[in-house]
Amino acid sequence: MEYFIQQTVNGITLGSIYGMIAIGYTMVYGIIGMINFAHGDIFMLGAFAALITFLILTAIFTSVTVVVALIVMMAVAILMASLWNWTIERIAYRPLRGSFRLAPLITAIGMSIVLSNFIQVTQGPRNKPIPQLVSQVYDVYGISISLKQILIVVITVVMMTAFWYLVNRTSLGRAQRATEQDRKMAALLGIDVDRTISITFIMGAALAAVAGTMYLMYYGVAVFSDGFTPGVKAFTAAVLGGIGSLPGALLGGLLIGLIESLWSAYFSIDYKDVATFSILAIVLIFKPSGILGRPEIEKV
Amino acid sequence: MTVSSTNPADKQQGLVARGLREAFFAGLISLGMFSLYIGLKTDQNMRNELVLVTRWGLLATLVILAMIGRFLMIVVVQPRLAARKSAKATAAHGQAEVPGFVARNLTAIAVVALLLFPPVIVSLFGMQGSLKWIDNFGIQILIYVMLAWGLNIVVGLAGLLDLGYVAFYAVGAYSYALLSTYFGLSFWVLLPMAGILAAFWGVILGFPVLRLRGDYLAVVTLAFGEIIRLVLINWVEVTKGTFGVSGIAKASVFGIWSFDVSAPNNFAKAFDLPMSSAYYKIFLFYVILALCAVTAYVSIRLRSMPIGRAWEALREDEIACRSLGINTVTTKLTAFATGAMFGGFAGAFFGARQGFVSPESFVFLESAVILAIVVLGGMGSLVGIAIAAVVMVGGTELLRELTFLKAIFGPDFTPELYRMLIFGLAMVTVMVLKPRGFVGSRQPTAFLHERKAVSGSFTKEGHG
Repeated sequence: MEYFIQQTVNGITLGSIYGMIAIGYTMVYGIIGMINFAHGDIFMLGAFAALITFLILTAIFTSVTVVVALIVMMAVAILMASLWNWTIERIAYRPLRGSFRLAPLITAIGMSIVLSNFIQVTQGPRNKPIPQLVSQVYDVYGISISLKQILIVVITVVMMTAFWYLVNRTSLGRAQRATEQDRKMAALLGIDVDRTISITFIMGAALAAVAGTMYLMYYGVAVFSDGFTPGVKAFTAAVLGGIGSLPGALLGGLLIGLIESLWSAYFSIDYKDVATFSILAIVLIFKPSGILGRPEIEKV
Repeated sequence: MTVSSTNPADKQQGLVARGLREAFFAGLISLGMFSLYIGLKTDQNMRNELVLVTRWGLLATLVILAMIGRFLMIVVVQPRLAARKSAKATAAHGQAEVPGFVARNLTAIAVVALLLFPPVIVSLFGMQGSLKWIDNFGIQILIYVMLAWGLNIVVGLAGLLDLGYVAFYAVGAYSYALLSTYFGLSFWVLLPMAGILAAFWGVILGFPVLRLRGDYLAVVTLAFGEIIRLVLINWVEVTKGTFGVSGIAKASVFGIWSFDVSAPNNFAKAFDLPMSSAYYKIFLFYVILALCAVTAYVSIRLRSMPIGRAWEALREDEIACRSLGINTVTTKLTAFATGAMFGGFAGAFFGARQGFVSPESFVFLESAVILAIVVLGGMGSLVGIAIAAVVMVGGTELLRELTFLKAIFGPDFTPELYRMLIFGLAMVTVMVLKPRGFVGSRQPTAFLHERKAVSGSFTKEGHG
């Protein structure tokens, strides 16, 4: 039983990271109906920004408090990832808006290749390890919970609450939801559609950057190819939860994290990704629009 | 256009001012974007700790380049494009362009050129020197042409977005590799078998996803592609895992001549030629050329058959299709199976060519590259896809050859590293400039009275 709870805790931690990345996929998909394949690499860029910021901090100051370091790392990562995602949307996706469905998808795949290779070329192909930032581990009734895990879950909850508030309670969120439903009508009613879409990309990037910082803190290593696997998992999570739905993305992320850690704990670690993808396929076969997704009603 | 300031000098001045302003912003943004990633480099020191190395010079160069680029874009390129567009709109109204000799006989010229390619290369570079050109360029490009034509049936004709096409390529390659190593079957027996097995997998994978649409279909096919790759990695007893299967038998000329050095019926020995590995490559070149020809022939014929029409109808409107009595289940499954079959053929060929297969060759990036070729070529257009394959695959192969760049950028410069970066940038650029792909016009298969080419913008998915 303790083993099970331990694995569940690990799964929730991993799932929180996936969930945060998945929000970016789901928001962009919701608002312009495009799979932003480069989002996983934005997450990786965020992790690298945090890594480099950490190195700058340790080079300038001999001793930094962990809390300050983490906050600064996160802030720089958010700034960097947002700037990149904004620019990418501006130069690579916006000209293709209104084009046929596959054009932006191919551009996004191209962008993903560009971003991961850009980091490989500029920062080198090797793993970049950093020293352990947070090392405390608490023992709760025989289950060891590390401070890192608590931090990740708490930050996820805080970010999600903030996002829920932004999307459901502010005029910006209202503009986003309106744009999502009917872009032309929203424009007619005085919503700056371009600006709303740009902000959506920035918001997604910010969450991905936070996830990237958490990932770096949790595993203590970053590498240029990090964007792909977590990116695909997060995308899977978004689809599993029902693409376009914010709670769905978080739920999907948590589910994927749990499946992964429980499958590796009880069956085989080699086939954990096979299990994840199989469950995705099975869920979609029985519920084609995901767990919390609205069924697509096609009008003739 | 009616602009309030009619004085051209005024306009020019305004343009330059705008260009300078935009260039300033571009510089600011690129400075922000590149500051951490290019200005600083993480390196490992002797104690294996990460240290930062600064590269301010490089950062400054790139920022200045971005500013100049943006300025020229605003001041020179954009007005010129606008002028050309308005000139085109007024002048070429309704005037049909008469295609030139090359355009009319493109297919015939291409076929002749390809047939003559190996002898010409051999006479130019000699036996050993020709290897690189025939293998790295000829065969490599033709494999991608074939894969892209195969995927074109699924994506271009039937409109089913498949992000896991490489799975069928893998099935074909591993069918050949495993059946020839374990059972000693020959290439010519296994080639159709690989195709059949891949088609079979196409049906198996296609069946559960029939209800899914668009992007859901895309993610499930992506998942299937990853599952097959992961199984190949982890089922070590059969597939030898990440080490891959090596020592795969070579193909023979229908069993008459062999290319094994020790075999008594060795090709070179039979004709008293000097020993060289080039014969095998030349032979393979003609094999893949024939396979490509079959793929093209089948695609063209299928398009004018009821099933091909059904695919195209399905792509344009699934509901209308169903109302008209088309069985969407069999239509989708045949598309999946046919596309997968060609992937399987290409896979078996790949196994025979490399003599070695490993899961490394079947990553998602391959699927993405194949799909990119299909879309960049202008979906549904076989010629466009072939052009895209030559440009994208040939172009990146060419980057391997640019060793003279070392003289400019110093001996540490490896063009190899920049290959995929440039590939990605090219993908984005082509897509932004030509969203409909290289060949944007369509010849309809079914028509009333007369056949008119339509712009790709009129078809739903831009192919047809």
